[in-house]
Amino acid sequence: MDATRIPLVAMRDVSLAFGGVHAVDRASIDLYDGEVMALVGHNGAGKSTLVKILSGAYQRDDGAIAIRGEAATIANPRDAKKYGIETIYQTLALADNVDTAANLFLGRELRTRWGTLDDVAMEAQARRVMGRLNPHFERFKDPVRALSGGQRQSVAIARAILFNAQILIMDEPTAALGPQETAQVGELIRKLKADGLGIFLISHDIHDVFDLADRICVMKNGRVVGTASTADVTKDDVLGMIILGKCPPAAVPGPGAMAVA
Amino acid sequence: MTPATMPARHVRPGRSSPLAGFLKATELDTRMLGMVGALLLIWIAFHLLSGGLFLTPRNLWNLSVQSAPVAIMATGMVLVIVTRNIDLSIGSMLGFLGMVMGVTQAELLPRLIGFDHPATWVLTLAIGLALGLLLGALQGFVIAYLGIPSFIVTLGGLLVWRGAAWWVTSGRTVAPLDGTFRLMGGGPEGAIGAAWSWVVGLIACAAVVLSLMNSRAQRKKFHFPLRPMVAEIFLGGVGCALILAAVAIANAYPWPAGSVRRYAEANHIALPADGLFIAHGIAIPVLIAIGVGVAMTFLATRTRFGRYVYAIGGNPEAAELAGVNTRWVIMKVFMLMGLLAAVAGAISIARLNAATNAEGTLAELLVIAAAVIGGTSPLGGIGTVAGAMLGAVLMQSLQSGMVLLGVDTPLQSIVVGAVLVVAVWLDTVYRRRV
Repeated sequence: MDATRIPLVAMRDVSLAFGGVHAVDRASIDLYDGEVMALVGHNGAGKSTLVKILSGAYQRDDGAIAIRGEAATIANPRDAKKYGIETIYQTLALADNVDTAANLFLGRELRTRWGTLDDVAMEAQARRVMGRLNPHFERFKDPVRALSGGQRQSVAIARAILFNAQILIMDEPTAALGPQETAQVGELIRKLKADGLGIFLISHDIHDVFDLADRICVMKNGRVVGTASTADVTKDDVLGMIILGKCPPAAVPGPGAMAVA
Repeated sequence: MTPATMPARHVRPGRSSPLAGFLKATELDTRMLGMVGALLLIWIAFHLLSGGLFLTPRNLWNLSVQSAPVAIMATGMVLVIVTRNIDLSIGSMLGFLGMVMGVTQAELLPRLIGFDHPATWVLTLAIGLALGLLLGALQGFVIAYLGIPSFIVTLGGLLVWRGAAWWVTSGRTVAPLDGTFRLMGGGPEGAIGAAWSWVVGLIACAAVVLSLMNSRAQRKKFHFPLRPMVAEIFLGGVGCALILAAVAIANAYPWPAGSVRRYAEANHIALPADGLFIAHGIAIPVLIAIGVGVAMTFLATRTRFGRYVYAIGGNPEAAELAGVNTRWVIMKVFMLMGLLAAVAGAISIARLNAATNAEGTLAELLVIAAAVIGGTSPLGGIGTVAGAMLGAVLMQSLQSGMVLLGVDTPLQSIVVGAVLVVAVWLDTVYRRRV
């Protein structure tokens, strides 16, 4: 990485506690444009919480976030979207009782000049964006609850790419998908990376991570164990970081790294 | 990004029955059709059982007026239930607002601007609506911003507003009400007459046709699949026929002889030997209910507010993450409910020509039942305004029919309660199948 490049996202010493539980403890992470940064760790390590701070779902207790070098105030999901941050949540965050277009535009509906919902325009755009992801998808009028798991995931992904995201957060995007759909998501990630987006990828699938990510950041018990380029470490190194907190020489250690004797 | 390996999926057109084909072409909602069918069945059954008394212009006209207050409140209750809340206080709120409006026009305003002032009804209604909005806002604030469950807050409201209704006049009934205000309750003067009813009917027909044409034009513009032309003409034709039939029924109900005589004397018209036929036309409370229904349907389906109501009902967390101000939306839903309770209250006291503190007792249960029978899921997220209004008519038809048959009041309650449970059970079965 060119040291003079300004990171797209720089989170410094971010902390968040829920009561006595330190969900995130002095975590620092950065993301450059055109790269995929994978965030891995065991369950409860704080990965989802950290990215939810970035996406505005949670408010941090401490620390600073900078977007493109400038200090950013992200108090709610709307603020995050203004910075070009789009999120695909682990739970998908879809309203099951309304249709695809309604979900894609939730909170950002298109309106006619009389102020009413422009359902027709929204459906047209929905067809276009869903066509990029899933060309055979036709059930635009059905409520989202009637769609398959893979189709619902496509809707969640489509929502994120519809609004020209510059920073994309993907929390377990392939958890509910079969091999073919997982490959499609992989292709999409590569394409978006080529378009210059910065992508945070949370995944439990270590193979996917090494396949798609440029850098990898391991968290354990709310703290960052270390950050490394995927080219410089092996899968075993990463497993060691996740399970033991043992930081290999090629990785930059964080506050959570095991103290070297 | 088209994967080369994915085979083109051919959808083989299955051999569907003519009914299924018809439903698909017209895009009519089967559940709504089922409800209309049930309503017609009930009407025909009562007509036969009562020896031809039910399906008469007089009975149907009275039925429409009796359904109006519950139908009006049911439109708001749909939105409340869709957001996964409930409002148990609207009956008591109706009683309290009715008492306030009664006292305002019978005692307060006459002292300020004199008796029979032309503006009395406007001021009274305005005060009632404003107070309804305020009470709804109070309950909505406590529910949305203080986080107390709506069941508890509105249960408290049920007790508080009923007590407040008594407190307005220490239990004294207020009567009579202002002459113009009374028109909102129906009756011979509270209807718009034959000519205006036809005008309203024709406007409604034009609206149906225009809306079909507009939706077809929109679909063409974006190259979406169109309904077959036959289906569009069928829908337009049936819609207009139903509207005009309803107007004809309203116009077939004549004024009682006493009112005709008084009218003829007041306007110096010579009364012919076999009497003068002055049609009632559409009742004013029914017009108000239809207006409210149209406005609420528009609000629910064509505005951002309506979209957020349904999204919150479907997944409140998703709505929050999408940036929707969920608490403000919920507060507005309860404010709307208060407003509608005021409208229903005005109609109720106008019909009675008196304000009593018992007005609206247990109305919330009828309203909730109407909404649920009309397809609103008690779990939230699903429900239509039109369905709720149909549910109100269905419930009122049941009660009306039973009164006509001379069924005892306790037995009426048993029947209505049983029908409610059966209706929701049928709805659950339907949803599981579809």
